[in-house]
Amino acid sequence: MANDIHDKIILAHGGGGQLSDDLIRNKILTRLTNKTLEKLGDSASLSLDSTDICFTTDSYVVKPLFFNGGDIGKLSVCGTANDLAMAGARPLFLSLALIIETGLEMKTLEKILDSIATEARENNIQVVTGDTKTVETGSADKIFINTAGIGIKIKTANLGMNRIKSGDKIIINGTIGDHGMTIISQRKGIEFESQLKTDCACLAPLSCKLLEEVEGVKFMRDPTRGGAAVALNDIAKGSGLNIEIDQQKIPVNRTVQAAADVLGFDVLNIANEGKFIAVVAPEDAQKALDICKAHPLGKDASIFGEVTDSDEAPIVEMKTEIGGRRIVQIPYGRQLPRIC
Amino acid sequence: MLERICKANKLMDKACQTLGRDINVMEVCGTHTVSIFRSGIRSTLPKHLKLLSGPGCPVCVTDQGYIDLAIELAQRDDCILATYGDMIRVPGSDGSLETKNKNNVKVVLSAEDAIDLAKENPGKTVVFIAVGFETTTPATAVVVKEAAQAGLENFCVLCAHKLVLPAMEVLLSEKNDKIDAFLCPGHVSVIIGSKAYEPIAAKYRKPCVVAGFEPMQIIEGLAEICRQICEGQAEVNSIYDVAVTPQGNTIAQRIISDCFEVTDGWWRGIGKIPQSTLKLKSQYSKFDAYERFGLTEKPAEDKTGCRCGEVLCGLIEPFDCAMFGNKCTPQTPIGPCMVSSEGACAAWYKYGRKRKTS
Repeated sequence: MANDIHDKIILAHGGGGQLSDDLIRNKILTRLTNKTLEKLGDSASLSLDSTDICFTTDSYVVKPLFFNGGDIGKLSVCGTANDLAMAGARPLFLSLALIIETGLEMKTLEKILDSIATEARENNIQVVTGDTKTVETGSADKIFINTAGIGIKIKTANLGMNRIKSGDKIIINGTIGDHGMTIISQRKGIEFESQLKTDCACLAPLSCKLLEEVEGVKFMRDPTRGGAAVALNDIAKGSGLNIEIDQQKIPVNRTVQAAADVLGFDVLNIANEGKFIAVVAPEDAQKALDICKAHPLGKDASIFGEVTDSDEAPIVEMKTEIGGRRIVQIPYGRQLPRIC
Repeated sequence: MLERICKANKLMDKACQTLGRDINVMEVCGTHTVSIFRSGIRSTLPKHLKLLSGPGCPVCVTDQGYIDLAIELAQRDDCILATYGDMIRVPGSDGSLETKNKNNVKVVLSAEDAIDLAKENPGKTVVFIAVGFETTTPATAVVVKEAAQAGLENFCVLCAHKLVLPAMEVLLSEKNDKIDAFLCPGHVSVIIGSKAYEPIAAKYRKPCVVAGFEPMQIIEGLAEICRQICEGQAEVNSIYDVAVTPQGNTIAQRIISDCFEVTDGWWRGIGKIPQSTLKLKSQYSKFDAYERFGLTEKPAEDKTGCRCGEVLCGLIEPFDCAMFGNKCTPQTPIGPCMVSSEGACAAWYKYGRKRKTS
């Protein structure tokens, strides 16, 4: 009988009693343990080598929970770590808050926790504090995760929109649209799904290397929701300068492009979870590209655009494969699949 | 590719010189519209070759009165509405399916999904919002037949499927005498076949060229139109042979004619077009939402000052409308052409704001 109850999450798993303690000790601590977390204190005491830190938080509510190449657990580590990495920091510590709908299979939770543990370990990130809540069926969609992260600024990093100048190059570390198309096609049961794989990855190993070795890296942004179009428009707006990109130099996986075409989506608007867009001084662009290409996270990297002067409201413009030009705008709200 | 583009451009230049005035080519397909904008084709064309976005976007041509009926059904507790995505934001007389519903509007990717919804929700009537041209009609016909065979009682369609040819003809005969040629839709032509355009090409002496959706296909389609103009021809030609045959998909045509009959219908901004809309045949009347709920589509009076109708007829460019880009944006759409990603206004707003060709 006891076993039956433990096959699924029940409200008491978040009640603060014995069942909560069992869950934390047997399912979470065993996977994520470290000296700080194992104290199970009200808060984590941390010693940092520097006072120059970055701090961020993000929540994860993805559907489906598992998708080709990743899951909500991996996403909750990478997403927050990437926010730190894009600010020029090396991610070190995470908090982990789980909001679990009763009825969630314990095996599902274990799989998610395994994934969190693997991703954190591989990137030298420690989960040092956390919280678990359970809610009634219907009050959440299986599981929601929030992570907050702390990272130490890379000493050589000097990032800021104000450094961006006309002539700077725009680099992306690989193909765009993989994550969003994987999720959309898996959600909609579209036939390409087996060939699509999320790019979900912790970018810190590459971003830190770039920031340590290339002085001319002036700005970094991960093009998550809203895709590259949003990131590029943010950079144009923030710097007050235009951005010109070259369609032929944007890396796109062929299946992703095909799936996007069928649904009427623009790949520039589709989410990524393992990509960054970097603005780099022209004299350092080739060096930055070489570093990217030599790294597993950047083998398809490309210099695909340039910052140019703007005499009116800044825009992002794309030179298309046929030699035409068009504006790249941020998408409105969510993308809706078209009729035919 | 460069060589092909150069060759096409030469033909276009020659046609512009031959005619000595603007050449107006209308595309009647939302996918063409988007592809033209996304690839920046306009910016590569000779100044005197103008592209007009005609009534080819299914969302744009759906009348406000129809949206009002759909919203009426969305107010019922006993209904679930299954709709293609971009319909939900189209404004009716008062609100849209996105804002006026009882949490019962579901976005589906196919008509089949609507049938599944009906099976999953036996206590509710699932109404499929059946819009679109000949491309989407066969799918609706198939699910109606399926529902009939399965004896599915809680499923029906609110049909506003439309035919492309009557709209093209009404444009030429009544609305816009400046159209010189049509770039004919790829998807629709797969179903109806390229021969279907022959009466229009012959009667109105307008070249009709079927092209696919790759930018290069569109450019070569335009070049073929220009070649015909240079040589004084007005023929139907398909450069989308991979998918389009002269006869079209006769199986799909038969499925459509099994289920539907042609009737007069309202087109947003254009008005009533005779023999332009499909309605379910009497043997399928139990799946007809109009019959089931006693609905009649009335043309709604558009009081917003929206000029989508003129845009759809190729009489004005979106930016000629005073509301374009200020009162009417993708965030706050007033007309359907700003709602659908395939609408001319949305495409101009999204991709071309800076480049007005006028």
